[in-house]
Amino acid sequence: MFSNPDLQKLLFGRLTLDAVPLHEPILLITFAMVGLGGVAVLGALTYFRLWGPLWRDWFTSVDHKKIGIMYIVLALVMLLRGFADALMMRAQQAMAFGPNEGYLPPHHYDQIFTAHGVIMIFFVAMPLVTGLMNFVVPLQIGARDVAFPFLNNFSFWMTVSGAVTVMASLFVGEFARTGWLAYPPLSGPAMSPGVGVDYYIWALQIAGIGTLLSGINLIATIVKMRAPGMTMMKMPVFTWTALCTNILIVAAFPILTAVLALLSLDRYVGTHFFSNDLGGNPMMYVNLVWIWGHPEVYILILPAFGVFSEIVSTFSSKRLFGYASMVYATVVITILSYLVWLHHFFTMGSGASVNSFFGITTMIISIPTGAKIFNWLFTMYKGRIRFEVPMLWTVGFMVTFVIGGMTGVLLAVPPADFVLHNSLFLIAHFHNVIIGGVLFGMLAGITYWFPKAFGFKLDDFWGKVSFWFWLTGFWVAFMPLYVLGLMGVTRRVQHFDDPSLQIWFIIAAFGAVLILCGIASFAITLVVSVLRREQLRDTTGDPWGGRTLEWATSSPPPDYNFAFTPVIHDHDAWWDMKKRGYARPMQGFQAIHMPKSTAAGIILGVLSIVFAFAMIWYIWWLAAFSFAAIAVVAIGHTFNYNRDFYIPADEVVRTEGQRTALLAERV
Amino acid sequence: MSAASKAGHVDHGHVDHGHGHGHADAGSHGSFRDYMTGFVLSVILTAIPFILVMGNILGNDRITGIVIMGFAVAQIVVHMIYFLHMNTKSEGGWTILALIFTLTLVIITLAGSLWVMYHLNTNMMPQHMHMG
Amino acid sequence: MATHATPAMNFEPGRNPGVTIPQVDPTTFYDAKGEHHPEGSTMLGFWLYLMSDCLIFAALFATYAVVGRNYAAGPSPKDLFDLPLVALNTSMLLFSSITYGFAMLEMEKGDLSRVQIWLAVTGLFGLAFVGLELYEFHHLIHEGATPQRSAFLSAFFTLVGTHGLHVSLGIVWLVTLMAQVHKRGLVPENKRRLLCLSMFWHFLDVIWIGVFTFVYLMGVLQ
Repeated sequence: MFSNPDLQKLLFGRLTLDAVPLHEPILLITFAMVGLGGVAVLGALTYFRLWGPLWRDWFTSVDHKKIGIMYIVLALVMLLRGFADALMMRAQQAMAFGPNEGYLPPHHYDQIFTAHGVIMIFFVAMPLVTGLMNFVVPLQIGARDVAFPFLNNFSFWMTVSGAVTVMASLFVGEFARTGWLAYPPLSGPAMSPGVGVDYYIWALQIAGIGTLLSGINLIATIVKMRAPGMTMMKMPVFTWTALCTNILIVAAFPILTAVLALLSLDRYVGTHFFSNDLGGNPMMYVNLVWIWGHPEVYILILPAFGVFSEIVSTFSSKRLFGYASMVYATVVITILSYLVWLHHFFTMGSGASVNSFFGITTMIISIPTGAKIFNWLFTMYKGRIRFEVPMLWTVGFMVTFVIGGMTGVLLAVPPADFVLHNSLFLIAHFHNVIIGGVLFGMLAGITYWFPKAFGFKLDDFWGKVSFWFWLTGFWVAFMPLYVLGLMGVTRRVQHFDDPSLQIWFIIAAFGAVLILCGIASFAITLVVSVLRREQLRDTTGDPWGGRTLEWATSSPPPDYNFAFTPVIHDHDAWWDMKKRGYARPMQGFQAIHMPKSTAAGIILGVLSIVFAFAMIWYIWWLAAFSFAAIAVVAIGHTFNYNRDFYIPADEVVRTEGQRTALLAERV
Repeated sequence: MSAASKAGHVDHGHVDHGHGHGHADAGSHGSFRDYMTGFVLSVILTAIPFILVMGNILGNDRITGIVIMGFAVAQIVVHMIYFLHMNTKSEGGWTILALIFTLTLVIITLAGSLWVMYHLNTNMMPQHMHMG
Repeated sequence: MATHATPAMNFEPGRNPGVTIPQVDPTTFYDAKGEHHPEGSTMLGFWLYLMSDCLIFAALFATYAVVGRNYAAGPSPKDLFDLPLVALNTSMLLFSSITYGFAMLEMEKGDLSRVQIWLAVTGLFGLAFVGLELYEFHHLIHEGATPQRSAFLSAFFTLVGTHGLHVSLGIVWLVTLMAQVHKRGLVPENKRRLLCLSMFWHFLDVIWIGVFTFVYLMGVLQ
C-alpha cells in the first residue's frame, strides 16, 4: 500500500489488507450476517432512543444486579458463536470420509475447534457462572451490593474486551490453531508465527484480570457483608459454593496469568521457557497450565452444584438434606482440586509413581460429589416435588452428570487413560459433565432467578421444550462419541479414511441439530415470555415459595435491595421469616448510601481492546499510546473521591409504598 | 494536629525509644519498637546467609543451601509479624487463613512441579542431563 | 456487643467476623435502627490480591526451579552474579521497608509533613533498588548473558524483572499517593490507601527474600 515499506511497518505493524479474509466464503457470509445484524441492532437502539438509558442504567451501572444480567447476556450471545463452531465441526466430521475432503480445510478446522473451546469455557461458562453469582449472592446474604462495586463494573468490561478481541480475530487476521490450551512448541514463535496465538493470549490475559478481580470482590463480599446473625454455617448453600468458587478463582487464575505471560515472552522477546532448544521445556507449560486448568473446571461446576441445592430444596418443599455435609463436601472439593492436575497428561511420561498418585487423588475427588448427589436425592425423598422447569433441568443433570462423572473415574485409571487420552471418549466425557453439569445448572439457575431479575417468569411450555431438546440432543450428540472413542478415534481430526465410522458421526450431527432446536427454543422462550409478561408477572417477589433471602425482596428488587438490613436467625432465612410470621416493615425508612455509576470501567475496557490489538499486530506506537492512556485513566480515576450519593428517605418511602400496594392488590 | 504531635516528640531518625509507642488496638498497626525489632532481625538474618555463601564458611554446599533456606523462612516470618503485623485475629482470622491456604498452594505448586518435572525429564528428555 | 443467647436464638457470638449482632427479639427480622454497619472490606480485599500475586510469583519460582540449571552451555550463576551488589540492593529494599514503617507511624499520629518525608525517602530507596537492578541487567546483557541466551537466563530475568516491575509500580503508586495526601490530607480514604501500599511494599520485600536466597545465593552455591 505504501511505497515505503518501513513507514508501513511503523504505522501498521504487521497489519495489511490481506489480513481481512475476503477470500473465505464462510467468513464472508459471517461478515454479511454480523454486519446486517449489527446494523439492525444499532438502528433499533437509535430508533427507540435507547442509547441514553443503555449508557446510564446499564453500561455505567455499578449495581451487581445489572452487572450480573449483562454477564449472562454476554454469555448467551457468545454461546451462539461457540455453538456455530460446534455445528460446523459436526457437519465437517459427518461428511469428510475417503475422497470427500469436507468443506473445512485443516487450517480452518483447527481454528474452529480452538475457538470453540476458548469461547465456551472463557466467554460462555465463566460469564454465566460469574453473572449468576454476582446477581444472587448479595441478595442471599442480605447485602446492598458487592464489596467493591466499581471494580465489579470494571471486571465486567474486561471480560467483554476479551470476548471482543476473540471475535475480532474472525474479521482481521486469524485465530490460534493450537487447541484451547495452546501447548507449545506448536504455540511458540517458530510454529505459530502469525497473529492467531497472540489473539488468544491477549484475550485471555485481559479477561483474566476481570475474573481475578471479580473473585476477590465476591470473597470479600461474602466474608464481610453478611447480614447480622448469618454465621458461616447459616449461609445459603449457593453462597457457600460461590465462596469456594471465588477462592478457586483467586488461587488458580494467577497461574494462568503467569504461564501465558511466559508464552508471550517466548513469542515476543525470544526467551526459552518452552522452546525445544537452549534449555526450554515445553512440558513445563503443560504442567503449569493444568495446575490452573483443573481448578478451573471446579470453578465452573461448583456454582452449578449450588444452584441445584437451592432448586431441589425449593421444589421439594423441604429443607436441604445434610447441609453441613454439603458444606464440607464443597470445601473438600476445593482443596482436592489442587491435587489432581496431572491426570490431564498421564501420557506425557511421568511414570508409574507419579501417575498412580494422581490417579488415586482423582478417584478420591469424586467422592464428595457423590455425597452431594445423595444429599439431593434424600432431599427429594418424601418431599412434595413440583416439576417446574428448574426442577426438570435438575433431574436431567442428576442422570447426565453422574454418568459423565463415572466416565471421569474410568479415565482416572492411568492404564485406561493411556488408551483413551485425547480420543473422542475424552471429548464425550468432558462435554458430558460440562453440558450436563454446568450448562444445565446455569439454564436452571436462569429460569429459577429470572422472575427475581425481571419481574415475570419465563414461559413454561417453551422452557420445557427447550429442556427436552437439550437433554435428548446432548445424548444423541455424545453417545456416539463414547463409542468412537472406545474404538480408538482421536480428537481434533478433520478427515477420516474408515467409512465404518461415518454412521456414528452422522448420528452425532443429528444430535447437534437437536441441541440447536434447544437453543432456538430457549430464544423463543425469552421472546414469548416478554410478550406474555403480564400473564407471567411475579407480584409477590416469591413466585416459587423460596427459602432464601433474595425472595424477600420485590421482583425486581429496588436498587438498594433491602430498605432495612435483615437480621438472620436460622438457615433458609426467608423460610424462617415466613414461618414465624414476619411482618414487612412499612415505616421508619431512612436515606440509603449508594455508590455512583462510572464510565471508567467501559473506557478502560475499550482502551484494553486497542492495546491488545496493537500488541497483536506489532503496532508499537499504538500499544504505547493506549497503555499510557490506560495508566492515565486508571490513575486519574483514583483522584475522584466523590463516588457515592444517598437515596433520599422519601424516595425509599415511595418505592416501598409501591410494593405495599402491589402486594395488597394480590390479596 | 501536626503541631501538637511535633511538640511531644524529638526527631525520630534512628533514636531508640525504649518505651515504644503502644497503640490501643495492636491489631493492624505496629509500634516503633516492633519495626526496629523487625529491622534489626532482618539485617542479621540477611547478613548471615550472605556471609556464609560469600565466605564459604561451612565448606559444604548442600548444608549451606539448607541453612540459608532456613534463614529465608525465618526472615519471612519476621517480616510477616513485625512489618505486616500478621496475627490470628485480623479480619476474624480470615487474613491468616488466606495466608495458610496460599502457602499450601505455593508448596504444592513448587513441590508438585519439581516432582512431576523431575520424572518427566528423567523419562522423556533425550540426554538425561537435566535435573528438576 | 450483646453476647447473651437463648437457645431459640441460635446466635453464635464472635463467629461472625466484623459484624455487631444487635440484641434482638426473635420476632424482629430487620435492623430497624440501622445499627448494622459492615466494616470496610478494603484491607481484606487487598490482602486477597496480594495472595494472588504470591501465586504468580510461585509459578515464576517453579519455572526458575525447573529450568534454572539449563545453562545451554552458556554462562551460569557463578559466572554472572555479583553478590556484593545484590547485598547492597537487598539493603536498599530493607531500608525502604523500615522507612515506610516510619511513614505509617507518623500517619497514625496524623503528622502529614513527616508522612510525606518518610514516603519520599522510601521512594528514593526504591529508586535506588530499581536503578541498581537495571544496572545489573544492563551489565549482564552487555556481557552476552541475555534472556534469549538460555532457559536459565530467561527464567532469571523474568523472575527478578517481575519483582522489579512490581517495585516500580509501587513507586508510581507512592508518588500518586503523595500527591493525593498533599491535596486532601490524611483523610480516611488516603489512610486506607497508605495502608494498602504498606502491605504491598512489605510483601515485595518478602518476595525479595525468596529471590536473593533461591536465585542469587543458591545459584552461586551450585
